[in-house]
Amino acid sequence: MSVDTATVKKVASLARIAISDADAERLAPELNNILGWIEQLSEVDTANVEPTTAVIPNTLRLREDVVTEGKQRDAVLQNAPQGEHGFFTVPKVVE
Amino acid sequence: MTDVTDLGIAQLRDGIRIGSFSAREVADAFVVKVSRAKALNAFIVETPDHAIAAAKDADAARAAGETLKPLAGVPIGMKDLFATKGVQTTAASHILEGFKPVYESTVSQRLWDAGAGMLGKLNMDQFAMGSSNETSYFGNVISPWRRGGGDNAPLAPGGSSGGSSAAIAARVVPGATGTDTGGSIRQPAAFTGISGIKPTYGRCSRWGVVAFASSLDQAGPMARSVKDCAILLENMAGFDPKDSTSLELPVPKWEANLSGNLRGKKIGIPKEYRVDGMPAEIEALWQQGIDWLKDAGAEIVEVSLPHTKYALPAYYIIAPAEASSNLARYDGVRYGLRELAEGQNLQDMYAATRAAGFGDEVKRRILIGTYVLSAGFYDAYYTQAQKVRTLIARDFENAWTYCDLLLTPTAPSAAFALGDKSADPLAMYLNDVFTVPSSLAGLPAMSVPGGLDKGGLPLGLQIIGKPLDEQGVLDAGLAIEERAGFTARPESWW
Repeated sequence: MSVDTATVKKVASLARIAISDADAERLAPELNNILGWIEQLSEVDTANVEPTTAVIPNTLRLREDVVTEGKQRDAVLQNAPQGEHGFFTVPKVVE
Repeated sequence: MTDVTDLGIAQLRDGIRIGSFSAREVADAFVVKVSRAKALNAFIVETPDHAIAAAKDADAARAAGETLKPLAGVPIGMKDLFATKGVQTTAASHILEGFKPVYESTVSQRLWDAGAGMLGKLNMDQFAMGSSNETSYFGNVISPWRRGGGDNAPLAPGGSSGGSSAAIAARVVPGATGTDTGGSIRQPAAFTGISGIKPTYGRCSRWGVVAFASSLDQAGPMARSVKDCAILLENMAGFDPKDSTSLELPVPKWEANLSGNLRGKKIGIPKEYRVDGMPAEIEALWQQGIDWLKDAGAEIVEVSLPHTKYALPAYYIIAPAEASSNLARYDGVRYGLRELAEGQNLQDMYAATRAAGFGDEVKRRILIGTYVLSAGFYDAYYTQAQKVRTLIARDFENAWTYCDLLLTPTAPSAAFALGDKSADPLAMYLNDVFTVPSSLAGLPAMSVPGGLDKGGLPLGLQIIGKPLDEQGVLDAGLAIEERAGFTARPESWW
């Protein structure tokens, strides 16, 4: 399996990272090198092995279904690059 | 007259308590050291006011005859991965430049509650991705160490907690927080001749810690002695209902129970850690460590961890996969940087913001993570890596039937020069070969300095323990520390 520049561009678009053609040219061999090295995992026989889902045995706690925190609009918006009327502002989504 | 900046956490705490010096004197002395250490580039933000305020509180409490808090008046450095209320927190990235959290991470809050003060936010590899501190948006951290013989090449302080390790080794802070995902506390500790412990996954709350790979990230202390690490860890660890992976267990009295007597303990030496091309000096140090632990009363046994060689490739699937998901939140909407050219739409804004805001290594790992999680590759890469992770954890479980602790080198080499490995991501990743397996298994592990290589640079030994056995790890660390007598320190040039 080899990663070409088209694949790099596709993955970058899935990751929401703008990349130039030159970036894609540079990244393709780098990613190939890393993914080629990772390929060695395929030689491990894992037919009867469960994937790890939790590192340390620990049951997920549930909390009471109640509102615990709220009314923090100003704090939530404080670091927004742009906000208006108590909302986050983004470019127009619907034409 | 003692220079208080030569003292460690325990000595500072005790000295303030008995009145050998005031907390204010301590804070002032360290603030001066911080301000004069700019050449190390270990700090992104300096916070003298925070340290001085904590010192004033400690001195006032002492004057009033109150019982002092466990870390009253002790100033420390805080890795820039911990959210600190009102103080810029960037994870050394451009995308979070200027971000001032409106909340405090649980770990940092616990330290402030214990009376500690903050000297500043420490530089690191961007989003904790790196092993050399060359990926920070705020520039490389320079190790205070230099090779002997007039070689002044700037050396890597290790990563990702390289600001922490450099500042501690240079006596600019007496201790600091670190975080460890695949070795980010232990490897920089080894490179700079200090100690650092990554506790069992779940011991320290991850709440308010900028997430890299959530199933691996764990905070821990870095300091110049094992005892100082125990003290800091006691004040960082503890159950936190805000972190669903936090362990609901009491915090043991690690400091009070510390003992370098290892009689009755079995120490395993994993044969798979004798990797090809390991420098003879590392081999020799490992043997020296074995002898020291025998001298402390331990019995040495050889053990096998057969899946060791697969740990690193598994890590470099799992960690980037989790990172690609965690870092999706940096999109220019809620905080941090926004890049938006005239006429661009929302998708353009996301892509432009992330392109401008992330460094090369972060982008590389997001792309790898996105690739291995994408349709068609998920099972071949991600599921397979998680299965291999199970086998790696089983290797350790099996080893615990033969021994109580494991001893290995911390890193396959001493510190390398900045720039030596930065052009080859894979060569850089291989630096974590000894620290990653225990991270995948969530185990407590520690690095302590063992000696110097022929260039005069520190080398570390790693102790790995059973889940929740931080005491055993710290005890073995102390046994090595007592015998290594490591007193070397970098000569001041900064």
